[in-house]
Amino acid sequence: MPRPELQAPPEIFYNDSEARKYTTSSRIIEIQARISERALELLNLPNDGVPKLLLDIGCGSGLSGETLSENGHHWIGYDISQSMLDIAVEREVEGDVLLGDMGQGLGLRPGVVDGAISISAVQWLCYADKSSHEPRMRLKAFFGSLYRCLARGARAVLQLYAENMNQSEMIMTYAMRAGFSGGVVVDWPHSSKARKEYLVLTCGPASLQTALPKGKGEDGEMCSDEDDSDDDENQTVGVYERNRPRKKLKVNKKGKSKGKQWVLKKKEQMRRKGNDVPPDSKYTARKRKAYF
Amino acid sequence: MRLLTHNMLSCNIKGVTNGFPLKLEADKWVTKEVDLNADFLRGIFPKIEWSALLAAARVLGFAELPEQADASMLSSDDFLRRFHHALLELHVEEGALVCPETGRKFPINKGIPNMLLHEDEV
Repeated sequence: MPRPELQAPPEIFYNDSEARKYTTSSRIIEIQARISERALELLNLPNDGVPKLLLDIGCGSGLSGETLSENGHHWIGYDISQSMLDIAVEREVEGDVLLGDMGQGLGLRPGVVDGAISISAVQWLCYADKSSHEPRMRLKAFFGSLYRCLARGARAVLQLYAENMNQSEMIMTYAMRAGFSGGVVVDWPHSSKARKEYLVLTCGPASLQTALPKGKGEDGEMCSDEDDSDDDENQTVGVYERNRPRKKLKVNKKGKSKGKQWVLKKKEQMRRKGNDVPPDSKYTARKRKAYF
Repeated sequence: MRLLTHNMLSCNIKGVTNGFPLKLEADKWVTKEVDLNADFLRGIFPKIEWSALLAAARVLGFAELPEQADASMLSSDDFLRRFHHALLELHVEEGALVCPETGRKFPINKGIPNMLLHEDEV
């Protein structure tokens, strides 16, 4: 099964039946909850017990938003799929949800949001679903509007499933161009199934506050293998060294390599036998260039 | 959609210079009780555009907000209760948000505003 992004645009892929499947799968619920908790942790909000106003971009049926509500925050969710949002309303999520396309810009006043999370959504921007969609323009509109609506020093944590390095880099480039500083935190980098990438962006210049925490699993911790997430589609690309073994010099029993003398001797033998042998010259048995 | 969200939204159409505030039209709205959190209210107050909140609350039949508001009022429980009610307890179920510059309507159905722009508006 190819990844969802290659099957259909998100508002079509997440139709009523897919939306319901997504929201009733206990596996997906658990995974999304865990990712949301981690994203909230990475937001590094002040621990003062004061509820914040957050964004949930690609909120879907509200699975991630619930984590925000459970932690006492108010949130505004964006999603492009009416079906997913209908389920969010059905489930009576506490945040307000909007039907919108993040690639068109978020349409929020400057500096009003204390933080933003996005779970498994931003990579959809990289696929051009309509002829008028130019992924780069959409990424620009998204990151530009996100930067503007965040308060100074606020963070955006975007967990996403990039298809390949090109996509990761493209997303990062547009984030930086919008003015964000930050980087990528990778949890469980060595597990193809559990591996999760979080783009942690801070509104404002790099400083001590923007220092990124270490990803999980970097200290050799083992992740639990029960997490058989849908990462089959998200294999990281292996890079193999072009390390073909060098052609070794032929070595005879005495340990000497077969040098010029040996070649000349052999040629003389062949001539005596009567074979057609090219004449000897200064090029005979000269040292050739090493093989690549 | 609560008035907290309405207070943050601005019209995104290409070429629009002042898309805030969106005019609120409400055909159906409900009140849902929410616990009052004074810390949150005090924290969000500086970000609120008071006149927009005032106008939107009036559309929903709530006229108990003062014309002007400043931070000193936040120590009054009475003010906090009214502020809280207008901001978080009034939910618009059906209606529309209207761009002040172009008049374009963004419909609200089942409490979900449809902010999708058409191809030519991006």
